[in-house]
Amino acid sequence: MAASPLPPPDPQFVLRGTQSAVHALHFFGGAQGQGCPLLLSGSLSGLVHIWSLQTRRAVATLDGHGGQCVTWLQTLPQGHQLLSQGRDLKLHLWDLAEGRNAVVDSVALESMGFCRSSVLAGTQERWMLAMPGRGSDEVQILEMPSKTSVCTLKPEADAKPGMPMCLELWQADSNPRPLLLAGYEDGSVALWDVSERKVCSRVACHTEPVMGFDFDSQKARGVSGSAEKALAVWSLDEQQALQVCRTHELTNPGIADVKIRPDRKILATAGWDHRVRVFHWRTMKPLAVLRFHSATVHCVAFAADGLLAAGSGDQRISIWSLYPTHSDMSAPLLGPAEGREVGAHAVA
Amino acid sequence: MLQGEGTAGRQQGMDPARSAVLLAVREALHNLSTSEDGGHILSTLGALKRYLQGAENPALPGEQEEFARMHFSAVLRCLVGRLSSGWLGLLPDGQLEDLWASFFLEGPADQAFLVLMESIEGAAGPSFHLMKVAQLLARFLNTGRMAAVMEGQCRPPAEPAFPLLQETLLTKVVGLPDHLGNRLQRENLEAFLPQNYFPLLGEEIMRALQAVVDSLRGGWDCSVSFLSRVLGKACVHGRQKEILGVLVPRLTALSEGSCLWQRVCWRLVESVPDRAMEALLTGLVEVAAGPEVLSRLLGNLVVKSRKARFVMTRKILFLQHRHSTPTLQSLLGYLAMDSQRRPLLVQVLRELLETWGSSSAVRHTPLPQQRYVSTALLICLVHLGEAELQDSRDELLASLMAGVKNRLDSSLPAVRRLGMIVAEVASARIHPEGPRLRFQYEEDELSRELLALAAPLPVADSPAEAEASPSVAPVAAETPDRGSADGGVPQAQLEGSGSDLDSDDELVPYDMSGDQELKSGKAPAYVRDCVEALTSSEDWERWEAALRALEGLILRSPAAVREVSVELAKVLLHLEEKTSVVGFEGLRQRALVAVVVTDPAPVAEYLTSQFYAVNFSLRQRMDILDVLTLAAQELSRPGRLPKAPQCGSPSPGSQPSSTPAPAWRAVVEERIRNKTRRFSQGSARRGPDARPNEFNLVAGYFFFPLLRHFDRPLVTFDLLGEDQLVLGRLVHTLGALMYLAVNTTVAVAMGKALLEFVWTLRFHGDAYVRRGLLSAVSSVLLSVPAERLLADLPDELLEARSWLADVAEQDPDEDCRLLAVRALLLLEKLRHTLVPPAPP
Repeated sequence: MAASPLPPPDPQFVLRGTQSAVHALHFFGGAQGQGCPLLLSGSLSGLVHIWSLQTRRAVATLDGHGGQCVTWLQTLPQGHQLLSQGRDLKLHLWDLAEGRNAVVDSVALESMGFCRSSVLAGTQERWMLAMPGRGSDEVQILEMPSKTSVCTLKPEADAKPGMPMCLELWQADSNPRPLLLAGYEDGSVALWDVSERKVCSRVACHTEPVMGFDFDSQKARGVSGSAEKALAVWSLDEQQALQVCRTHELTNPGIADVKIRPDRKILATAGWDHRVRVFHWRTMKPLAVLRFHSATVHCVAFAADGLLAAGSGDQRISIWSLYPTHSDMSAPLLGPAEGREVGAHAVA
Repeated sequence: MLQGEGTAGRQQGMDPARSAVLLAVREALHNLSTSEDGGHILSTLGALKRYLQGAENPALPGEQEEFARMHFSAVLRCLVGRLSSGWLGLLPDGQLEDLWASFFLEGPADQAFLVLMESIEGAAGPSFHLMKVAQLLARFLNTGRMAAVMEGQCRPPAEPAFPLLQETLLTKVVGLPDHLGNRLQRENLEAFLPQNYFPLLGEEIMRALQAVVDSLRGGWDCSVSFLSRVLGKACVHGRQKEILGVLVPRLTALSEGSCLWQRVCWRLVESVPDRAMEALLTGLVEVAAGPEVLSRLLGNLVVKSRKARFVMTRKILFLQHRHSTPTLQSLLGYLAMDSQRRPLLVQVLRELLETWGSSSAVRHTPLPQQRYVSTALLICLVHLGEAELQDSRDELLASLMAGVKNRLDSSLPAVRRLGMIVAEVASARIHPEGPRLRFQYEEDELSRELLALAAPLPVADSPAEAEASPSVAPVAAETPDRGSADGGVPQAQLEGSGSDLDSDDELVPYDMSGDQELKSGKAPAYVRDCVEALTSSEDWERWEAALRALEGLILRSPAAVREVSVELAKVLLHLEEKTSVVGFEGLRQRALVAVVVTDPAPVAEYLTSQFYAVNFSLRQRMDILDVLTLAAQELSRPGRLPKAPQCGSPSPGSQPSSTPAPAWRAVVEERIRNKTRRFSQGSARRGPDARPNEFNLVAGYFFFPLLRHFDRPLVTFDLLGEDQLVLGRLVHTLGALMYLAVNTTVAVAMGKALLEFVWTLRFHGDAYVRRGLLSAVSSVLLSVPAERLLADLPDELLEARSWLADVAEQDPDEDCRLLAVRALLLLEKLRHTLVPPAPP
């Protein structure tokens, strides 16, 4: 092992041109050989940019949120469909197939909060959507694409967890019943059984609102970040009870987003201190502090091939390639050298 | 002369015997020199051989003695004279040669040796004759006849000694390798090479000594003075290592149990002539293994012989510094071993302390010698007991304290360090009940070595124990380590819950040292706000944030800085570290440098005027110098980028190095390549744009004011007096400024002024100042164009040249000599550029 640590890494490349702060990022395609991989970004000015990672240029811009901030982007597994959530209280469903970019459906939101929605979609036509509900502490579950309201999850009267801040719908392999994890304003994380509409378990992870979390359903462990100076790692046991495993102290307070890489090796946090921190997911050992942005980092996203993107208030999106995945996915952008070659080809 | 228990009588030859021998020898000599008949020669030689001791059917003892005394040399000379290949061939099978050689090998050794040497010296050059004689001499040496030569001189002479003969013999014995080498040139034999001859001579001396001891035991008188002279002369010839390497171990072993041998040893050393005493003693001290051996070989020589005392207590300690620490230890240990010698040790300590602390010695002796004296001092202290130290405590303390002061005043870190180490140890020994001196110095090889010397002497036999004891420790140390490693594995497996079979522990962390708390919240956004925050803010976080933000702000908004530049410089110069801000010095320095670079003329003018102002600390004055150097370096950097943070505080005089450049350039170029797409295969990027040296316009503001008042002492600041450290920094700064002013128009004027300045200070006592002066001269030579140097400054150059030559030869400081040589080389190069060497 080298005696001196590796020098801090530099971004592999940087995407500029959103012309406003980047608040949502989502990788799309690329892994299963569906052509070139794309990165979707949502900005403060209400635009959604679709970036080609080969040419490193925006290939399309979607304008559907009336100049209000886009807070959440998600694609559906079947078809080229994109969900975008904006502060204009709209949730649009876009059709991106064959170069189209039209809104095919939209759902009206009834909450002014910052909560991002979540979907649970399998291979069937029907999928489930969780979004903040009408009451400030409610979560609404819809069945899509019919938009039928399945239920509203409202905490018990004496709980007072505040607004939901982030949501994640998931389904255990063994158990077909959908579950919802929700982070609340009071710093707690709750696990809902959707079909029974009750809280299975709730645990106080932070003293400040939960700003973002990610859950690893295989290991039944999750990690959450809040406005305070620590990350919390919590786990779910057989009885579906949440418990905090450990907390990890940070240098500066404020985590806007947390994402675990699809191969569950590392996780990245978006920090208010302009830095992206990378941790080893199993041990929570700090691996890297990525210093590039000059304003708050709002969101991070991992591609299936391991590429990391971070969007920041400085209107830039930085792309990093750290600890390449060893799967046999022969994505073209694995290593920096290959990436550059591909880029040069595209130019030539 | 050693007295045996009895005296021996000697028989005198009778007159009839004398005439009979005379006749026989005369006839034989005639036969030998004329006869060409082998048989005849053989019988003549056989007849002569009767006169040698130990021959078959020998002549009468009186006749033998007469022959040996009067005629043997003549016979040998005749034999040597006859020697030729034809003569030897007169009889078959080399019979003649054997017989011929036996005369030299069996007859009286001193005469045979002298005749052989004489004939070798008389030879014109390599020849058959010479080679034969040389081979015979080699046989002579191999058969141990040299011991016989020396033994002969140890016996009391039968008749009044003939000093000239002994002197000749001495010269020939010791000078043999030289004589043979001169004569035989390339044909020289192995046995005559000094590295072979002197060990042999050592062996022969041992045998002669053995004979002396034997005859003393037998009650005969003997003298070792010839042996002493041989030994002394060999040492004067510089062959201590060869000859003593043989003698000392043998004598050490022999003198261990025998008083007689010990007495012979002492006598041997005592009778060495004074002029050879130094060579012998330095050799002995080096070869002898430890003080006990030295004491056994020398006895109380230092008490008896003034010369020996001088060599041992002054010459080796104060006038030389080439001896190793073990040598010093055995020398001083020798002095400490006997009660008669101990007063000498106290005296040595006193003198060592005086020398160690004398300001002139501190300034004028080279560093290795100072280290040597310090080493000797520490060894002395170890050997002396409480009582002896108490007797002269006041005197010792006084010179110690004076020395500490002188050493701490020095501007050379190594000298200060030596002062600290010795002062700590010495004060603890001399004044054990007083308060302990403690200095802060970094531990390094030197300090560890010196402190190890100061450790109390182990009792006899303890080295073996000391080696044995630590071997127990490491075993215990390893166990807990392994235990924790074992404990770590199952824990990790538990957490991994079995699903991770792949080893993702291979993820190596990147460097995260840059991950510090973000303090941008309170940082002012304008330079004026910074000034305000630094001067009046009671909010320390804001103060610190302002300090951190300052350099960036200055570089970003030069126009705003120009409005407040002098004020800002003043604030920064007076800024004190009120809270413990990490890297305060660096931040302040970089901000100051940035201010100077942004608005050079007024700020440099302000700073240089403050350099000679009252009410500044030395630290601030040196800061001014550092800032000026760094700013000048920044200004003169060709094609400097608008924003170029510099870190670290290079020592004054360090010239801008070009080594880091490739590394950062590679990184920058890599980044640019990563983020740039090229649309055409154009030519490669051009180098940095050519721009005028920005230092050109302002160099004068940096340089001349610093020269202005150096000789005018203030109440608090006296450059030519005790503040020589600042003077050294000033000189280095001036040199650096000169170097950076290359290609500027003021360089000539600067060079002239600087050379004058150097001239006034050239004999400064402080080595650090002199180093600065020398590098300043080099800077002048590098920066001022050659033709202008010759046109405007010819006298100064000539003067400088002779001064440089002096320094290069005589300066006690090694760095000074080196710098002077470099400057001389530059001068030489300059001359070659002006007057190209004539084509062949």
